[in-house]
Amino acid sequence: MTTTAEPTTELGKARTRKEDARLITGRTRYTDAITPHGTLHMFVVRSPIAHATITSVDKSAAEAAPGVLGVFTAADLGVEAVGLPCAWPITPDMKSPQRPLLATGTVHFAGEGVAVVVARTPAEARDAADLVEIDYDPLEPVLDMEAALADGATLVHPDLGTNENATWVFDSGAAGTGGSVDEAIAAAEADPDSIVLKRRFRQQRLIPAFMEPRSCVVDPTGEQITVWAATQVPHILRTMTTVTLGVPEAKLRVIAPDVGGGFGGKIGVLPEEMLCVALAQRLNKPVKWTETRSESLLAAHHGRDQIQDITITAKKDGTVTGLDVHLLADMGAYLGLVGPGVPILGAFMFNAIYKFPALKFTCTNVFTTKTLTDAYRGAGRPEATFAIERIMDELAVELGRDPMDLRKQNWIAHEEFPFTTVVGLTYDTGNYEQATEQAMATFDYAGLRREQEERRARGDKVQLGIGISTFTEMCGLAPSRVLGSLAYGAGGWEAASIRMLATGKVEVVTGSSAHGQGHETAFSQIVADQLGVPFEDVEILHGDTQISPKGLDTYGSRSLAVGGIAIVKAADKVIAKAKKLAAHLLEASEDDIEFNAGQFTVRGTDKGKAIQELAFAAFMAHDYPEDMEPSLDAEAVYDPENFSFPHGTHLAAMEVDTETGKVALRRYVCVDDIGNVVNPLIAEGQVHGGLAQGIAQALFEEANYDDQGTLVNGTFVDYTLPSAADLPSFESSTVSTPSTSNPLGVKGVGEAGTIASTPAIVNGVIDALRHLGVTEVEMPTTSQRVWRAIQEAQGRSTQETPVDTHSPGAGLGSIDPNNPQGEVQ
Amino acid sequence: MAQVRVTVDGVNYADDVEPRMLLVQYLRERLGKTGTVVGCDTSNCGACTVHLNGQSVKSCSVLAVQADGAEVLTIEGLARDGELHPVQKAFNECHGLQCGYCTPGMIMAAVDLLGDNPDPDETEVREGIEGNLCRCTGYQNIVRSVQRAAQMMKPGASVPTESPAPVAGGN
Ligand code: FES
Ligand code: FES
Repeated sequence: MTTTAEPTTELGKARTRKEDARLITGRTRYTDAITPHGTLHMFVVRSPIAHATITSVDKSAAEAAPGVLGVFTAADLGVEAVGLPCAWPITPDMKSPQRPLLATGTVHFAGEGVAVVVARTPAEARDAADLVEIDYDPLEPVLDMEAALADGATLVHPDLGTNENATWVFDSGAAGTGGSVDEAIAAAEADPDSIVLKRRFRQQRLIPAFMEPRSCVVDPTGEQITVWAATQVPHILRTMTTVTLGVPEAKLRVIAPDVGGGFGGKIGVLPEEMLCVALAQRLNKPVKWTETRSESLLAAHHGRDQIQDITITAKKDGTVTGLDVHLLADMGAYLGLVGPGVPILGAFMFNAIYKFPALKFTCTNVFTTKTLTDAYRGAGRPEATFAIERIMDELAVELGRDPMDLRKQNWIAHEEFPFTTVVGLTYDTGNYEQATEQAMATFDYAGLRREQEERRARGDKVQLGIGISTFTEMCGLAPSRVLGSLAYGAGGWEAASIRMLATGKVEVVTGSSAHGQGHETAFSQIVADQLGVPFEDVEILHGDTQISPKGLDTYGSRSLAVGGIAIVKAADKVIAKAKKLAAHLLEASEDDIEFNAGQFTVRGTDKGKAIQELAFAAFMAHDYPEDMEPSLDAEAVYDPENFSFPHGTHLAAMEVDTETGKVALRRYVCVDDIGNVVNPLIAEGQVHGGLAQGIAQALFEEANYDDQGTLVNGTFVDYTLPSAADLPSFESSTVSTPSTSNPLGVKGVGEAGTIASTPAIVNGVIDALRHLGVTEVEMPTTSQRVWRAIQEAQGRSTQETPVDTHSPGAGLGSIDPNNPQGEVQ
Repeated sequence: MAQVRVTVDGVNYADDVEPRMLLVQYLRERLGKTGTVVGCDTSNCGACTVHLNGQSVKSCSVLAVQADGAEVLTIEGLARDGELHPVQKAFNECHGLQCGYCTPGMIMAAVDLLGDNPDPDETEVREGIEGNLCRCTGYQNIVRSVQRAAQMMKPGASVPTESPAPVAGGN
């Protein structure tokens, strides 16, 4: 966005954030800072083996250790039959294993809890955990999705009779939203003027790696059991604790205090949380658990991990005619809260911005003996976007076309909105031409293509590649009826309430609880505009089920597009009540009352009352209409009718050293259409952070398992999050075609950068090497992988690096391409 | 048990601690200085960064007893007389934080960086804070914050601190 004159409304103003005052001074309250008197500390004894029978557990030495109050297995706690919930049975016959609080009998992934130690201090609990003797009889690990589906494969859960969790199919022909893909493929095969192109892409396994490790404190004293948790979903956690353990919902209070990032990684209902509840009830003392980083990387849910087989058909003139998508998605050992549905969220995004007449999506979810997977920033949509944007590049190469031209030929033109896609979603607004033109101009697309030609012609050691991603996503999860049709175990509404305090200040309660997104600031801006009160007079309350009793929390870029609109609806009700009271006090007809910028005036007169005066009058309640309660307070629940569809054009200039394989991101330009922007400063921050995570998938990160099923890079030494030195500054800007699906015209921005950037980077890396014969480099595109791809394309042999020799510099997933020698950062 | 006498954020403390207790545990668990946080167990993330005798250190890689006789400054003691440190102000103005978890460490590292290099260019900032990980911001606004703080801290500087940072695209 170009900086223009400050808007007169709050909407669009680059306000600095309210929440910063406490965060920059250390006046914070993350869960681990909460330690009620008498708190006991829990440490989880985890299996080091992926798949094994537990033959014995000897607790005696640990029980005798200093400070220890007890060592417990599932049997000791009487929770062997308890299973953690999966809220998304994607098919009626989905296979769903019990996900226990602690393993009994068999462990199913390395990192699974087998026992817990409770002690007076965290250090004592940890020390004693080392003394718990557990004997295992190893079983065959199940690691490879395709092998897991083959006949005779070792079964992760033998009682299910298969490693297949479910297969979910969407076929536009059968659904009546488009044609048949089988016919499209058959027609293309028979037509000399058409082509059929198949590619396999791999979405490696990632770790969300929020900076605040997960933590919870459960205090059983008092009438309600209070749970503080580092969670994105306090409301869901409360309901699910009831479902899981039977504690009556009204006897539970869940508080998400300051939460240090989530990115989907904190939407679970955790075994550790449930164990703390069970232990607190049993011991009648507060019980606390805070994981170490290594535990977090090992046992907190992972993301992505798909094999994508994509078939695209097109006319030789470039018009796409069909897309067939076959996915294998690794669930890990158990099903997370929404794990099986994550790949399904991508089903509707493979057609992206293009006018495919036919699409079929088939996804088979597979159990393995690895950490379970669930939502990670974008959840299903980055995977879809990667596949479509990669194959559009491949198609362009096959047809000898400029990749942007080919996209243009196939995308929905701006005058065609609203547009109902091949999967039946209606994109309300968008303008791909506008975003693309602006991005290409900023990037100097033509100039960089010239430079690329020159470098190729010169045979430069460092080659230039241009990566494109013209993405869209569906935001604002979600219309409850749509979720219902997908068998999701909840709705998608959000709740808000507004309290007009006697002194004229405003308390706003939202069910959408933040963990870094800046809700307190953005929502205050919305309320200030709606009610005509000063920004500073608005207080946003959230994240405590006793303060904000109703809500569905924060994920899926829904806070603004759903939670923000709930606030607008509540404000409308406050205004309606205030109008009635104003009419009464001003002795005028309600129809003659006008509301503008916080003032209720009688039309054509200078008589009026400020909203603050009316709040006070309602509080005093000395004089108010008969048919009204003495209150301006209001609440609303908003259920969206449609998703919103942000989009954007992202361009990456990649430099690849053809001798060492080293990849460098030289420039990154993106123009995002996120509809109306409440706060450009916050929106830009969301884009930056999203880009960093998407780029990290392309270049740096991968959770690597060895052939025994052990996570080999489970610390921050070797699961290398990008540091400041690994990334450049991004050139991000926005354009806007306001959404018509909601009254603010907003679309959502939390996941955009992550969804868009990964294919832009990989397309750029491959574009730099195309002329050398390279057609694919798996993610992350480390120096070693790139170097190997060049050698292979040139017909030179390379030596295999065994997966279990992983270490920084051994050259697997997490090697830092900027640091190929593998020094520890 | 070992004795540690230490000044933290201007207050003197004398405590018996286990020899193995880390400085960060001492700060959080004994002194209630929970503004300093823990993000890892391998000294990689920098979330726990404080100043020990004026130098930034990762307080998870220092034993409490090693701080005996030393002066420790944490994020909680950085503002003076209710006046935020320029680096704190700059982080707010440039949106250099989102969830805030890395922020105490980031700010303490940045203060130290600017002590050594009062006018760092972008690369110097990026390399200077390499030991502090942030998962939220993509670092761009952190870099902007540090550079803005550098401007504010220049002798005789009169950088307006009220106006929000420019949001224009690019560097
Ligand atoms: S806690 Fe990560 S470096 Fe100290
Ligand atoms: S602001 Fe969240 S980790 Fe940096």
